[in-house]
Order: sequence, then C-alpha cells, then structure tokens
Amino acid sequence: MRLSKSWIIAQKDFKTFRRKKNVLYTLLIVPIMISILIPVVLLATHIPVDHLTYLLPAFTFFYVLLAGVVPTTIASYTIVGEKVEKTLEPLLAAPVTDGEILLGKAISAFLPSILAILGGSVLFMVLSDVATFKSLGYYFFPNLNTAVTLFMMVPLAVLMSVEWNVVVSGRVTDVRVAQQLGGLAAIPFVLIYVLGELNFVQLNVTNNLLIISGILALVDVLLFTVTRRTFQREEILTKWK
Amino acid sequence: MIDAENLTKKFGNLTAVDNLTLHVDEGEIFGLLGPNGAGKTTTVRMLCCLISKTEGKASIAGYDVGNEADALKIRKLIGFVPDNVGLYEALSANDNLDFYGKLYDVPDAKRKENIERVLKMLDLWEKKDVMVGTFSKGMKQKLALARALIHDPPVLFLDEPTANLDPEASKTVRDFILELKKQKRTIFLNTHNLDEARRLCDKIGILNTSLRALGSPQELENNVGGRATVIQLEQLTDAVQEALRNLRLDMTIIENRVTIRLANPEKENSAILDAVFRAGGRVQSTAIVGSTLEDAYLKLVRKEAIE
Repeated sequence: MRLSKSWIIAQKDFKTFRRKKNVLYTLLIVPIMISILIPVVLLATHIPVDHLTYLLPAFTFFYVLLAGVVPTTIASYTIVGEKVEKTLEPLLAAPVTDGEILLGKAISAFLPSILAILGGSVLFMVLSDVATFKSLGYYFFPNLNTAVTLFMMVPLAVLMSVEWNVVVSGRVTDVRVAQQLGGLAAIPFVLIYVLGELNFVQLNVTNNLLIISGILALVDVLLFTVTRRTFQREEILTKWK
Repeated sequence: MIDAENLTKKFGNLTAVDNLTLHVDEGEIFGLLGPNGAGKTTTVRMLCCLISKTEGKASIAGYDVGNEADALKIRKLIGFVPDNVGLYEALSANDNLDFYGKLYDVPDAKRKENIERVLKMLDLWEKKDVMVGTFSKGMKQKLALARALIHDPPVLFLDEPTANLDPEASKTVRDFILELKKQKRTIFLNTHNLDEARRLCDKIGILNTSLRALGSPQELENNVGGRATVIQLEQLTDAVQEALRNLRLDMTIIENRVTIRLANPEKENSAILDAVFRAGGRVQSTAIVGSTLEDAYLKLVRKEAIE
C-alpha cells in the first residue's frame, strides 16, 4: 500500500470539492449552525447550574451525531459522483491498487468532515464557555469527557460513516439516494443519545464513553472488511449499478 | 506485444468472450470489430487487468495479465481510453492530466513537458485551464486521448474512440491515431466503424463472443467476404440458366445479369463461361468484383445470427 498514491487521489478530490460549492456548503453549514445556535440559546435562557452540567455533555454528544451525518455528503459524492460521471474506469486502469483508491477516497471524505466537526466543536466550546461562565463560575470546556468524545468517538464515528457510505455507494446510482442511505449511519448515535436522555446510559461518565468508543472501533473493523470486499475492481466494473 | 490464447470470460452462465486467440505485433494497429454485446469491451478490460479472465492466457509485453504482481506493471505500460471518456468535469484539462501524470509516477518536470506536448498536439493547449465540463464531445475525446498518453505508453487501448463524434472530430481523432502509429505505438482499437477499421488497422479481428475471423482488411475482404464474377448477358435464356444451375454455384440473377460468388474467380471463370457458351448464351461483358470489409463483417455476423 503506497500512501502517496492515496494522497494524490485525495488531493484531486479536495480540488473538486473546492469547485463544487454545494458540497462545501453542505459540509460546513450544519456544524457551524449548531455550534452558534446552542450557545446563543444558553445565553438567552437562564438554565439552572445543575441542569447545565448535565446538558453541556449532552450537547457535546451532538458532534458524534454530526460525525454520522456530515461525511455522508462527501463520501457519497466522492464515490457515487465518480460512478455517475463514469470516471472510475480510467482511474481503475491506472497503476494503483484497489486498497490505495479506497484509502484515498476514505481520506478525502474523512479529513474535511473531521475538520468541519472539530472546528465547529471548538467554536461551540468557546461560545458555550462565554455563555455559561457567569452561571457556573468556571469554564466548563475543555474537560476529559469532551476530549474522549471529540478525539475518540468523533473520529471513530466519522470513519464508520465513511465506511458505511462506501458500502451504500456500490448499490446506488444517484448521489442524493446515496446521501439519504448514508445518513442512516447516524441512527446508532441517535439511539445512544436517546438512551442517554432516558438515563439508560450516562453520557457524562468517562468509562461509558470509552466503552462506546471501543464498540465503535469494533464496528469500524467489521465494516472495513465489508468495504474491502465491496470495493474491488471487477465488482465495481461489472456489478455496481 | 499483445498476446491472447484461448482467453475466456464468463459471468455466471453467460460467456462474454470465448476462446479468443490473437497476437498483435509491436507498432501495429489491431482493430476488434463486432456488434454490441460481442465482448469487445470485456476483452479490453481483461487485457488492461481491469477484470479477471475465467480461462486462457494473455500477456502484454511479456507480462502475464492474470498475475497480480504483473498487473501494476501492465497498467504502467498501457494507455486506456474507455468508451465513456471519464474525465473530471469540475477540473481543468491541465488538472485532469496532472492528476493522471502523478498516478503514473511521471516526474514533475517531465509531467509539465508531457502535458504541454500532448495538449499542443491535440490543439487543446489554449484550453488547458478551462473546466472540462464546458468542452464539446470532440474536445473531451481528444483530452481522453491526451490522458492516455500522459505517461508516454508503448501500448494504447482505445474503446470506440470516435463513437458519437461528428465527422470533423472523428477525422481529427483518426488522424491522431495514425500519428501515434508513426511513433511505433501498439494500438488495440475497438470499433463499430468499418470504414475507420479499414483505414486505420493493419490487422482486424471480428468478434462475436468468439473470434470469427482474423487478418488484414484485404485478407478479410478476399477470404471472408469473397469475390464474385458478374456476367452481363444479351439475353438470359432458360438453357443458360439451366447450364449455370448445373454448376451448383452461389449466384444471384437480376434480369440479364448473373453474379456468381467465387473463392477464386481467375481459376473458375473459364469453366463458367464455357458452360454459358455451350448453352448458346451471348456474353456482353464479364467482370471480377471484390467484396468490402462491410460485406465480410455482415456475412460473419449474419451467419452467426442464422446459426
């Protein structure tokens, strides 16, 4: 596996995204909106201190939900887009392995998504600290749980979403359908969030966050094997619709 | 340069290519003709190591097509233009070529030089920074050719390079292919266009799942399409008709003209004319006519359909 080849493919995709403004806007709008909207609500309402210490970790978990959704835009575009524009065949005829192409596509979906989500989360933390400092008397962010959420769960969730989108991309011919099906990657995180709200899972307990991260890592490994099987030259040319 | 021996591809129960054996010499243009679904694209995909073969052997420049280790070496040796050009429309012509140049490990300086050279050869240099999405079909086809040449490959696979192009664009592409031949590149050309094959190819294979004929355009016209003797009579009497039928030849009669398809007219004409004279026929003229590549192609493809 030559990383340089994957990076060439990813760079080409980054260049394409810059020209496709709709891809760029979809990638940035949701994380930025959420990151501004929540602190504005916190500032505008007078939430009791004990509620705040419960709510802020829950809001942080929103970024895991985003990690399930945001890569969908790019991952579906980068694979289904190539399929629709019929650019995969000459790419597959070039001296690159299936693994190198797959890794390139994963990088081009992973990097912008993670940057958008982490960038949004930094904005959220700064604004939330400003909004809640008066009530709490200290800066709530950063803290250990947030670090686990943002630097373990979010990357693993983004990876899961990218892998799921590769699997979906092999079976559809329309970018929008791929995005809709790809968005299903967020469902497990919605469930975890709901379970958290119902007090079945404590999302402000570090060990729980680590366990969820461990499960996510396992799912990532499983999905990776499915993805490798799906993304094979012959399969792409003869079976992908 | 390109060799295939009993090359076969099956998709489940469907045989797409059956026992294909061919050899293409270095610097030769080989044309693969055949109707839709004949297995032309599947053949090219197998030879370009895009899909696996079910049976048989194939090699490019001595590298084994079925060998995983050789696949990357083969891909480096070949340039490929698929039937859909497959260009990145949101990128410029230069970006498209630069991307592929990098994938093919062309060093920076050489890549810039190659991009300029191929774009100038194809009259696209002025458009190098223009987004490909705005290009005409002909320009896209030329750019796809430029992409296939970016690493200066000795072997080119062109899958219907002039399909859907207007006559002017087709001519530009054909002229360019001839230019590539002068550079001693080996070209494997899939085409529907018989005239194009006649003009460009040194050797032609007619494929309809299996190879139906193989030879130079001239050989196919003579050996497959066959030739004919046309006899114009003053009057076609019953006696002359009877005499000709007794010879049991493949013939067509239209008014006073008899067309007889023969493998070797020079050798067989005297016996035919002798029979006509003995039956009292008066001959106005005789002529030996050759068939075209189209006749040869249709004869093989129709025969296949009837069988």
